[in-house]
Amino acid sequence: MTSIEIDSATPGRGLAGRFLLRTRRAFPFSVGVGIFWLAAMIFVAIFADLLRPYGITAMDLSSRLVGPGHPTHWLGTDELGRDVFSRLLQSIRISLVIAFGATILSAVFGTALGFAAAKFRGIVEHLVLALADFQAALPFLIMSLAVLAFFGSSMWLLVCLMGFYGWERYARIARGLAISASAQGYASAVVQLGATPMRVYVRHILPNIASTLIVSMTLTFPEIILMESGLSFLGLGVQPPESSLGNMVGFGREYLTTAPWIMLAPAAVIMLTTLSISLVGDWLRDKLDPTVR
Amino acid sequence: MSAPLIEASELVRIYHSRKGFFSKATHMRAVDGVSLKVMPGETLGIVGESGSGKSTLGRMLLGIDPAQAGAVRFDGRPMPRLGTAEWRALRARMQLVYQDPLAALDKRLPIARQIGEPLEIHKLAGPEERAARVAELMAAVGLRPDQAERFPHELSGGQRQRAVIARALASRPQLLVCDEPVAALDVSIQAQVVNMLRDLQEENGIAMVFISHDLKVVRNIADRVAVMYLGHIVEEASSDVLFRAPRHPYTKALVSSVPVPGQRLKDRTILQGEPPNPANRPSGCPFHPRCPLAAAICRAETPVLRWVGPNRSAACHMVSPEPASVAA
Amino acid sequence: MISFVLSRLVRAIVTIFAVMTFAFVVLRLSGDPAQVMLGPDVPLSAIEAFRSQWGLDQPLWMQYLAYIRSIVTGDFGVSMRDGMPAAQLVLERIPSTLQLTVPALLLQLAIGIPAGVYAALHRQSATDRGVIFLSVLGFTVPSFVLGLLLVLVFAVTFAVLPSGGYGSWQHAILPAITMSIGGIGILARFSRSAMIEVMGQPYVRTASAKGLKWRDVVWRHALPNAAVPIVTIVGFMVGSLIAGAVVVESIFSWPGIGRLLVVSVTNRDLPVVQCILLMIASAMVVSNLIVDLLYGWLDPRLRSQAAH
Repeated sequence: MTSIEIDSATPGRGLAGRFLLRTRRAFPFSVGVGIFWLAAMIFVAIFADLLRPYGITAMDLSSRLVGPGHPTHWLGTDELGRDVFSRLLQSIRISLVIAFGATILSAVFGTALGFAAAKFRGIVEHLVLALADFQAALPFLIMSLAVLAFFGSSMWLLVCLMGFYGWERYARIARGLAISASAQGYASAVVQLGATPMRVYVRHILPNIASTLIVSMTLTFPEIILMESGLSFLGLGVQPPESSLGNMVGFGREYLTTAPWIMLAPAAVIMLTTLSISLVGDWLRDKLDPTVR
Repeated sequence: MSAPLIEASELVRIYHSRKGFFSKATHMRAVDGVSLKVMPGETLGIVGESGSGKSTLGRMLLGIDPAQAGAVRFDGRPMPRLGTAEWRALRARMQLVYQDPLAALDKRLPIARQIGEPLEIHKLAGPEERAARVAELMAAVGLRPDQAERFPHELSGGQRQRAVIARALASRPQLLVCDEPVAALDVSIQAQVVNMLRDLQEENGIAMVFISHDLKVVRNIADRVAVMYLGHIVEEASSDVLFRAPRHPYTKALVSSVPVPGQRLKDRTILQGEPPNPANRPSGCPFHPRCPLAAAICRAETPVLRWVGPNRSAACHMVSPEPASVAA
Repeated sequence: MISFVLSRLVRAIVTIFAVMTFAFVVLRLSGDPAQVMLGPDVPLSAIEAFRSQWGLDQPLWMQYLAYIRSIVTGDFGVSMRDGMPAAQLVLERIPSTLQLTVPALLLQLAIGIPAGVYAALHRQSATDRGVIFLSVLGFTVPSFVLGLLLVLVFAVTFAVLPSGGYGSWQHAILPAITMSIGGIGILARFSRSAMIEVMGQPYVRTASAKGLKWRDVVWRHALPNAAVPIVTIVGFMVGSLIAGAVVVESIFSWPGIGRLLVVSVTNRDLPVVQCILLMIASAMVVSNLIVDLLYGWLDPRLRSQAAH
C-alpha cells in the first residue's frame, strides 16, 4: 500500500529516482554505508597479505615518523619507520579474526549451555544461572585482566577468553525459546514421534531460533572488538610483534603530540567498524526479530 | 476374546503447584484412578468438560505423562519410561494427533519433510521408499502432491491437521490418540476430517482413542465412549447405548444438551452450580454439588465404576444395575 | 517480599563465594606460588620452607579453607612488589577512583535520561534523530580513543586542560567526561525505548484521553513506569563504569584502582589482583542486589514472581 502512495505522491520522478526510493526503503543510506564498510573490512581481512605494500615489521629507518600523504607511505610511518598502512591492514585482519572466532565460540558455548539448562532443568539450570550471576558480578574486562595476569597473554588464550564474552545472552535466549518450544508445540510433537533429544535440539529447535541468535551475534561482535582493542591498548591483549587495532592505538599514544596519525588511523577504523555493525545490526534486528532489543 | 491393545489400570496423575516459596502447595488430581482397555481396531471416545482430565489421560496412555500410581500396558508389555530408547522405539506403534496443528508442525520445514520424519527417525524406509510413502500418505489424507513443498503457514487449518494426521500414520501405528483433533477447525471442515479419520482407521485397522468435548463428533466416530468428570470415568458404554439411554446423571445432562435435528429440546437437564475445578475437588462423588439426585451418601462416599448392564458401567450411588431380563 | 529479599541475598552470597573460588582456582592453576614468589634460582630447601610456612604442603582443600578463612578475616595477603598489605594498597586508591566514577555516573544520569525521554516525547523529530545518532556514536567509540582525542584537542591543541595526572579539579574533567560518554549513549537509547513503550500503553493513552494535562500524563503516569527498566540498566552501568575506570585511569595516569589493577597485572602481583577482584565483585554484587530490590519495590508485580 505504501508504495502506491509514494508513487502517486511523486509522479514527476524518473526511473532513477524511483530506483533510489526503492533501495532507500530496502535499507536506509547509513545502513548501506555500513554494509559497504563491513564488506571492505572483510575483504581486507582476507587479502591483507596481498594488499599491504610492506611487511609489518619492515623498518625504514631513513623515513621515521613521516606524516600521511607521503608518496610511498600513504598513511605515514611510525617511530621505527614501519609503514602505518601495512600495519593497519594486518591489524584489521587480527582484530577481525579474534572477534569473529570469539563471537562464534561464545554463541556455540552459550547456546549449548542454554539448551542444557532447558533439557535437564533442575540442578543444571541452577548451575547455568549461577554462572551467569558470576559473569554479571565481574565486569568482563576485569575478569580478563585477572586471567591474563595469572596466565600471561597468548593469541589462543585471548580468543578463548573473548569467547566467554556474552555467552549468557545466548544461553538466556536458547533456554527460554527451547523451554517454550518443548512445553507445547513442534518440539514436543517431534519428541512424540520418537526423535532423540539430539535430533530435536539440532534439527528442529536450533533452526527455529537461529535468526534470534544471529541478531544477538551482531550485538556481541562489536563489543568483542572493543574488548579486545581495549585489552590490547592496555598492553595485555595481542602482543608485539603481532599487531591489532587496539595495540596500534596503544603504541601510537606515546606519539600523540608529534605523530598523531599512528593512533588516528586505527582509531578511525575501530570506530567506523563498530558503528557500521551497530547500524546494520539495528536494522537487521528490526527486520528479523522485533522481540530482541 | 482377544487381548486388549492398550490397557490402563488405576492410573493416577497429580499436579503440584505452589504460588510462592513459602505458601502451601496445592494438589490437583487430574486423573484419579482410571482404568480402561482398548481392543485392536476399536475406537474409544473420551468425553468430558475442560478440566476433566481427559487430555492428561490421553498423554498418560502414550507414556508422555508418567503415572504416579497404576500402570499402562501396551500389547501386553508395561509402558517404558519417558525418554528411554524403548519408549522412543514404541512411538512407531503409537501416535498422537494434536488439537492445534500449527503448533504441532515445525514452521521451518516443508510438510512433506515433516510427514516423512517418523520414517527417518525409526529408519523405516530408504530415501526413495520414503518419498513414495509420503506421496501415498498425502493422497490418503487428501493433500495434493503440489502441496508437498508448502510450509505450514501456507496451508489452511484443515490442511495442516491432515498433514499432522499423515505424519502420525507414517509409521503405520496400531494406536492413535487424537486429542481434540477438530476443536480448532471450522465446523464445516470438522466433519470432513472426522470422516477421513474414521475411514483411515477402518482401512488400516488402527485402534483409536478419540478425546473430545463434542458429543456429536464422538458419537459419529466412537465404538465405545467413556465419560470423564474431575479425573474419574463416571460412565462407560458402547456408543449407541450410551447416547440412547444414558444412566449417570452427568451423562444424561450432557446427552440432553445435544440438539437432535427434527426434535424439540425436551427433558433438558440443565447443570446447576460451578463448573468443576480440579484444584478444589468436592468430597464423595465429585459430581454431587451439581447433581439433581444427590443424597447424603453422595457427599460421603466416592462411588466406584461398576457393572450396571451388559457392556456398560457407571459410577453412581443412584444407578442400580439393570435387571438381567431387561438387559437381554 | 521477605522471601524475595532472602532469595536475592542467598544468590548474592553464592556469587561472592564463586568469585572467591574463581580467584583461588586461577591462582593455583597459574603455577606454584612458591616458584612465582621466590623466582627460579632459589634452592629447593628454601622452596620447601616457604611451602610449609604458607601452608602450601597441605592438601588442596585445607589450603582452600585457609584461604577462605583469611579472606573472611580481612587478610588479603601482601603485595609481592613492595611488601605492603594488599588490602591497604587497594583501599588507599578507592577515593581517587570514586572521584572519577561518581561524577561520571551523575553526568550519565543527568544527560542520558533527560535526552532519551525528550527524544521519546518528540519522536521522529530532528532532535530525536540527533539523539539516536549521538547515542549510537557514544557507545561505539571506545573510551581509549575518545580519551586520546579529548587530550589531543583540549590538552595538546588548545592547552586548556591538563593531559593527565592527579591534583586539582581540572585534572578530573577530561577523565570523567571520557568515562561517562558511553553510558550516556546507552542510557539515552534505553530511556528513549522504555519511554516510547510506556507512552504506547493503554493507561497512558487513557490518561491523556480523559483530558489530563500533558505534563501530568508524563510525570505521573509515564515516567514512574518507565523508571522500572531504566533502573535495571543503571545497575549494569555501574559494572561498565568500573571496567571503564581501568582504561580511563591508564590513559590519564590517574592513581585509582583501575591503574593499580593494570600495573599489578603487568607485574603479576597476584595478591593485589586478587584483592581488587574480590573488592570489585563485592561492589558489583551489592549494586546488583540494590537494583534487584529497587526493582521489586518499583514494580510490585515482580515481588511474587521473583520468588519462584
